Amino acid sequence: MFRGTLYRGHEGMWSWVLHRITGIAIYFFLLVHVLDTATVRIDPHLYNVVMASYKTPIMGLGEAVLVAAIVFHAFNGLRIILVDMTAWASRHHRALFYGVLVLWTVVMVAFLPRHLMHVFGG
Amino acid sequence: MKLFRLDRLAWIFMRVSGFILIGLIFTHLTVNLMQDGGVKAIDFAFVAGKLADPFWQWFDVTLLWLALIHGSNGMRVVIDDYVYRPGVKRGLFVALGVSTAMLIVLGTLVIFTLDPCPVGSPAELLPSFCSAS
Repeated sequence: MFRGTLYRGHEGMWSWVLHRITGIAIYFFLLVHVLDTATVRIDPHLYNVVMASYKTPIMGLGEAVLVAAIVFHAFNGLRIILVDMTAWASRHHRALFYGVLVLWTVVMVAFLPRHLMHVFGG
Repeated sequence: MKLFRLDRLAWIFMRVSGFILIGLIFTHLTVNLMQDGGVKAIDFAFVAGKLADPFWQWFDVTLLWLALIHGSNGMRVVIDDYVYRPGVKRGLFVALGVSTAMLIVLGTLVIFTLDPCPVGSPAELLPSFCSAS
């Protein structure tokens, strides 16, 4: 049944919202990441101390969220490029959005156990 | 239609850089978070060892420039969408441009001027090739 809106609350809107939220989150991490990496130029010991803060359980979970955001932004970005470039993809943009979610799940299933093992395993 | 309007160039750049960034960042994450000890293995010796190799220098500097320009252009669109007062919008654009330029210069200098074997640092903190005679 047609509920009177083509965009709001549907795949097109949610992919846009998620693309924007993940993009903003990744951008602010990038600012911090360039600065923390820059300490490598100051002193080896200082860099190791800064990096130790990335190896705590809480930051380890933060890295999992960051990677989840990056992987979504990457695959959804590919979907946007395809939709812009081909008529076929713009006709099937909904199916492609579910394809993005499937690919995202596959990559996260491959990444998460290994990363969590690094963070929480001995 | 003007072929080289700034907005049009930015639109093309987001797609081209985004495509390249997928390969660069997935490689970056695999090498730094998946290989060996993952995040726990990242220390000065690891980073200095990587950046002693021209391949990783050019890899990282490409990643730095593309990611910062892609990210700051995205933030430019976000600011343009949500900030209505012209003065505030202008101020945020300037802050965004200045911070992006500073981080690009800083990161580029770090990548190309890092000494992997700084004198006076304990050998156990440095890459193994530093102590090879």
